[in-house]
Amino acid sequence: MARRTFDIRAQPGFGLLALFTFFALYLPIAALVAYSFNSADSLSRWDGLSLRWFISAWQNSNVQDAAIRSLVLALWAATLATIVATMAALATTRTEPYRGLTFKYAFINQPLMVPEIVTAVALLIVFSRVKVWTGYSGMGYLVLAHTAFCIPFAYLPIRARLESMDLTLERAAADLYATPWQAFRRVTLPLLRPAVIAGFMLAFVISLDDVVITEFVKSGGQDTLPTYMLGQLRRETTPEVNAIATLFLALSVLLVTVFFFVNRRKP
Amino acid sequence: MALNGLQLSRRRDVRKRWLLSAPALLIIFVAAIGPLFVMLAYSFMLKGDYGDVKFGIFSLDGWTSVLFQRDIFDDTLGLADAHLTILWRSVKLSLYTTVVTLILGFPTAYFISTRPPLSRDIWVFLVTIPFWTNLLIRTFAMQQVIRNEGIVNSVLTGLGIIDQPLQIMHTDTAILLGMVYVYLPLMVLPLYASMEKLDFRLIEAGYDLYASRLKVLWRIIIPLVKPGIIAGSILVFIPSLGAYVIPRILGGGKNMMLGNLIELQFGAGRNWPLGAAISIALMVLVMIALLFYVRNASRSGAGHG
Repeated sequence: MARRTFDIRAQPGFGLLALFTFFALYLPIAALVAYSFNSADSLSRWDGLSLRWFISAWQNSNVQDAAIRSLVLALWAATLATIVATMAALATTRTEPYRGLTFKYAFINQPLMVPEIVTAVALLIVFSRVKVWTGYSGMGYLVLAHTAFCIPFAYLPIRARLESMDLTLERAAADLYATPWQAFRRVTLPLLRPAVIAGFMLAFVISLDDVVITEFVKSGGQDTLPTYMLGQLRRETTPEVNAIATLFLALSVLLVTVFFFVNRRKP
Repeated sequence: MALNGLQLSRRRDVRKRWLLSAPALLIIFVAAIGPLFVMLAYSFMLKGDYGDVKFGIFSLDGWTSVLFQRDIFDDTLGLADAHLTILWRSVKLSLYTTVVTLILGFPTAYFISTRPPLSRDIWVFLVTIPFWTNLLIRTFAMQQVIRNEGIVNSVLTGLGIIDQPLQIMHTDTAILLGMVYVYLPLMVLPLYASMEKLDFRLIEAGYDLYASRLKVLWRIIIPLVKPGIIAGSILVFIPSLGAYVIPRILGGGKNMMLGNLIELQFGAGRNWPLGAAISIALMVLVMIALLFYVRNASRSGAGHG
């Protein structure tokens, strides 16, 4: 029913454009998911519903390896990044400005400022030489590279939380003869936990999603799920890629939903 | 004495703070900042015959070949048209992407910020989901819509509007559509953040003074949310300029952007110094855009207009 009063918030056509935007945001994803249930051999036809490509993806040993590698890599990178980011956040908040503080901010946020492809080729240059020198070409390079670009994502929520926390409770702990470590372990860390979890999850998703840096840093046989998919997209694709993408999508949505509700719950 | 003790403990505190932040700084130095300096050095070396460089041999060839190329017959320098085309395509498509995402994102953010508070969260959540979905998957999803047997073409042929499928894949339009799709949330979210704080009493005052809807939009809403517009535009423009995955998948081999040109030099092109030089040029372009943003942001923060 049309409102007769003059609505000061209304702007002509805005609602329509907004609904179009939401439609446009979800149409491609819907198409991607729909085609993963296609029983045909190629994407150019639609032969009816089937789970055939999900089964085929699930049993594909390349996909299994890549998925496990992605998860292990993300777990390592996010854990390391969260630990060092928490330390860095403790070192850069709740203090009078000191020499080098701005430098630290710039340094920690640097991975956000540089285009990924630039960091990727710079790492290619350095790591390809190190690989020849040391003869080591394991997962260490990927873990190191992922940890580096995950740090700012883990750092931001932890720093934000620390800045809104005052020192009263820690001072009280100190007054009651807690050692600095006890105060940290029993007071600061529990208060910080939601932000640490948020930072870890952000870092985890960022590492899981990375394509470009991984593509340039990985050695042979170190495909992650995204680089495996990128390789598949080069050729004529079967709905199997859709099935992989749909499963990946489901995982991302799950993580984001958890993140959203963890973060929304006000302490 | 007391002051000295205080200074001493303060100095000790600062030293402890450096130790605490050292691991993070070290990792970022080793795996992000340090390599950029190595790359800068590489851009001034002679290219190796099979990729890599001739280590330690100084040469400006990498930098000159960003814009110029040596004629294979008479050895004269001419403009490298292919590179200029790619540079122009990158800048042009990034600007288009920014404008289109702004046109779609502004009403969307406004729509969200005028919903009742409870449903607002849900709308924001709906924007956040694509934002956190893998970029590769979103690009692939766009491909499902625009490919020859994709949704757009099926619908158009089904309705009898066209009888040959539109060739959208492997064109600049495909890249543009992909970038708009992928970066749209980056426009909506900062716009929404500044619209959420919009004081609707000012708009009411505008209407009381007989302003039209258009005038309220131009003279009140847009000036008030300008910081969000600038932030969103920068957040969209910068990754667009460095895009690599989207043009690679949707543009095919021919319609390259700077990111793909860089990759080419480290792959089949076997010209690492050139690749390094283009990378640094791209980084400088991004830094300029960021500086522009920082200056604008501080100015609009200081005065109000």
